[in-house]
Amino acid sequence: MDPVRDSARAIARAVNSREASAVEIAEAMIPHVAQVDASLDAYLELTPELMREHARKVDARVAAGETLPLAGVPVAIKDNMCLTGTHTTAGSKILENFVAPYTATAVQRLLDAGALPIGKTNLDEFAMGSSGENSALKKTRNPYDLERVPGGSSAGSAASVGGFEATLSLGSDTGGSIREPAAFCNVVGFKPTYGRVSRYGLIAFASSLDQIGPFARSVEDAALTYDAIGGHDPLDATSVDRPLEPTAGFLREDLRGVRVGIVKEFATAELGAEIDACYRKAYADLEALGAELVDVELPTAKYGLATYYLIAPAECSSNLARFDGVRYGLRVDGADVGEMYERTRAAGFGPEVKRRILIGTYALSSGYYDAYYVKAQKARTRIAEDFARAFERCDVIASPAASSPAFGFNAKSDPVAMYLMDYYTIPVSLAGLPSLSVPCGAVVPEGGTRPMPMGLQLATPLFTERALLGYAHAYERATMHAEKLSPIEVATA
Amino acid sequence: MSAVSADAVAVTPDLRAKYEAVIGIECHVELKTTSKMFCGCPNEFGGEPNTKVCPVCLALPGALPVPNAKAIEHMLRAGLAFEATIPEHSKFDRKNYFYPDMPKNYQITQYDMPLTQGGVVRYWLEDGTRGECRLTRIHLEEDTGKSTHASADGRLAGATSSLVDFNRAGVPLMECVGEPDLRSADEAVGFLETLARTFRELGVSDVKMEEGSLRCDANVSIRLRGAAEYGTKAEIKNMNSFRSVRRAIESEIARQIAVVESGGRVIQETRGWDEAAGVTHSQRSKEEAHDYRYFPDPDLVPIDVTRETVERVRATLVETPYERYARYVDTHGIATKQATQIVDDDVLSAWFDRAVAVSGNAQATLNFVLGDLSRLANENALHVADGKVTPEALAELVALTQANAINSKAAKQVIETLWAGGGSAKAIVERDGLAQVSDRGAIAAIVDEVLAANPKVVADFRGGKTNVMGFLTGAVMKASRGKANPALAQELLKEKLETP
Repeated sequence: MDPVRDSARAIARAVNSREASAVEIAEAMIPHVAQVDASLDAYLELTPELMREHARKVDARVAAGETLPLAGVPVAIKDNMCLTGTHTTAGSKILENFVAPYTATAVQRLLDAGALPIGKTNLDEFAMGSSGENSALKKTRNPYDLERVPGGSSAGSAASVGGFEATLSLGSDTGGSIREPAAFCNVVGFKPTYGRVSRYGLIAFASSLDQIGPFARSVEDAALTYDAIGGHDPLDATSVDRPLEPTAGFLREDLRGVRVGIVKEFATAELGAEIDACYRKAYADLEALGAELVDVELPTAKYGLATYYLIAPAECSSNLARFDGVRYGLRVDGADVGEMYERTRAAGFGPEVKRRILIGTYALSSGYYDAYYVKAQKARTRIAEDFARAFERCDVIASPAASSPAFGFNAKSDPVAMYLMDYYTIPVSLAGLPSLSVPCGAVVPEGGTRPMPMGLQLATPLFTERALLGYAHAYERATMHAEKLSPIEVATA
Repeated sequence: MSAVSADAVAVTPDLRAKYEAVIGIECHVELKTTSKMFCGCPNEFGGEPNTKVCPVCLALPGALPVPNAKAIEHMLRAGLAFEATIPEHSKFDRKNYFYPDMPKNYQITQYDMPLTQGGVVRYWLEDGTRGECRLTRIHLEEDTGKSTHASADGRLAGATSSLVDFNRAGVPLMECVGEPDLRSADEAVGFLETLARTFRELGVSDVKMEEGSLRCDANVSIRLRGAAEYGTKAEIKNMNSFRSVRRAIESEIARQIAVVESGGRVIQETRGWDEAAGVTHSQRSKEEAHDYRYFPDPDLVPIDVTRETVERVRATLVETPYERYARYVDTHGIATKQATQIVDDDVLSAWFDRAVAVSGNAQATLNFVLGDLSRLANENALHVADGKVTPEALAELVALTQANAINSKAAKQVIETLWAGGGSAKAIVERDGLAQVSDRGAIAAIVDEVLAANPKVVADFRGGKTNVMGFLTGAVMKASRGKANPALAQELLKEKLETP
């Protein structure tokens, strides 16, 4: 058993059958992660003692006869999720010294399933960004090219799994923050239906869009994780109270009888010849598995970005108001409480966060509310309706997960150029649909020397996680793209 | 510019009569629930600062609100008690503004889809006048924490530091918004008292003004009597008792009359009531008003109230204090002051109603309840309903007095005995031989004895000093050991004295 390279399923099987102990796995992973992370900087905080503590608990539970779905599986947690006793920073200076006094529901469920927490991973500040570069605390590198970004906002969660520093990780996705970095880092990134996984303990960016989901090196491992963390939570009023269908045991090997929708408005030709070829090959591979390709239209999808950049900032302007220096986190004193607020927030928030707070405050202001916020909500409804219409003609929609492979640091100084990375993921998020990115090949990017991983986005109707993971599994088993690339650290280790 | 200073205008009763005040009340009422509005922390007044808090009500990163179903049910009860409409769909919104005692820097409240809409509060005043004030809405929201400012006067201005206690943060709060249907400070207080009585009786709130569980603001404007248009209103805040509500409104009406009479104009603003000085002070003008950037709270799903829920809650409603008051006054003919006294105690009202159901005489029953019974209860620090006197025993006693079977003195003795040991009034009267003697022959014999024993007094009477009649009656009562029918004794005395 190799705790670095093996799947979560294999590790759990070994621990449950007592071929390996969780303590051994922890002891193997702790020095390995420390070494690899010196290059990747995926983690903001490593929690070796906590990992050992959980490993002992898991061994005791297994010894007592329990079988745990993620027994002894090393996991990384995006640092916008609370875990008691760990720093939970959201990648921001304003929370740099905040230690969580409670644990997020999804994290707790993961630990209850037997997972071992390696540490907390880096992210774009408050999950706002598509490259990881908006973190105020660290610069995480892409494990497939250290001079390129890992994607974002779940930068460290994607990089840690892609770079074999974690078997699984949790990320959060608001407009593409799991799917885009998954594509960049050669891993599977899965965003369940909005409301499927509790947001309790997830530091809010945009509450109506935020959703926790797993990163894994296989669809099956993502399914195992989802089965462990999903389901109703009485602590989250938006968590959906309907039974969670287990997915991991119901994956499929072919796509016979499946109609795959190819979106007319998501034509890949304009992304460049190599990228275009990559996706055409992916669609052809789906067809070869027995799927029928059908053309579908999403006429309002082009308004997705504009809609998203009103709704998400509006919500964030209110969600981030609590970071004021009064109760916790950074405080910069002033002559009066107003000045204290201003100084604290000026020093504590980075430029992208400030930009979004300003946009959102403006969009909600009296006199502008109807023109911006209300109109954006109407557009959101239209986009969701477009998807519902498309799903009358197909079972799953396939598209790129991102507009390009991983780009170099500082390559996107124009915020809108950065926002465009999420062109394909944002409409899906606005509709609340379950969606994932699965590796679909590699392309040598402009100015690059190494082939960089690409991701195929699949999206299905609300609450059809089992079907979605099944389709992705069939594609993954048939193509095995992830295994054709090796991350730099592991290749040289 | 004013032609003369408003301070120079004395608001005489004549001047006051020229104007009509228009008043609308908004009040916040803390709901009585076990836990807070959006988390499991206890909803209790006071305690060591910051001991009744959790990640949710402290707004820690990642914490989420979950609505308290009991609070929503309280809202429905409150609304239905005032004949409000309960819309099928409702939602929570965020009201965004920064304040240190508001942990999230937004308040979860209801903006355009409140849980209850419309309704009417029927109230009465001390003098028996009745009135109605329509409700705009009642909506549900959360309370803030409490700030203590380290400055000489405890105010934020000039403070070097402030302390915040979040025990109250997240306590469920309902805001009742009244229409501008009130025309005087008395009406405003009558309206508020009825609200308070009703909420207390419904069990939705303790309504303790001294603990801040009822806080109110008043919108006050004036207009010339007979005018159709409203004047510009000022919002008065910081009134901590019904007395200060009355004083603040009266002071504000006088201030506005003085402003208008001196050629000035009332401006739309928020004014704080200064209890010590007895005046209102300008706090904030309309131009400085916040833009609260209301929007639907994305952490909470819309609230759907089914018709079944509404009917289930409606079925639990009982007679409101106003309905009871009207019944006592209109059906039973009870005096307004006494009716108010008993209405304010719903347990006593229920006890009284049981007694009246048997006795059939409300006023006579009430006289005992508010008289001897309440006195005995007070002396023993007990509630009437917790004593040994049953409503049935009191009804029996009322019937005995109404039938002239015992006199008032004996009645007093019976009630003392009932209070001490319970039992039946009839049995006590029989056992203690308290039945009134109404036998003419028996009383005539006693009268003769008394007259024979007091020849001087008899002579005085016959000499014109008729006021000795009281003495003689007393003597007859005494000789009968209190049992003689006093009316009959007097009649016989008179007869014998006037016929020498």
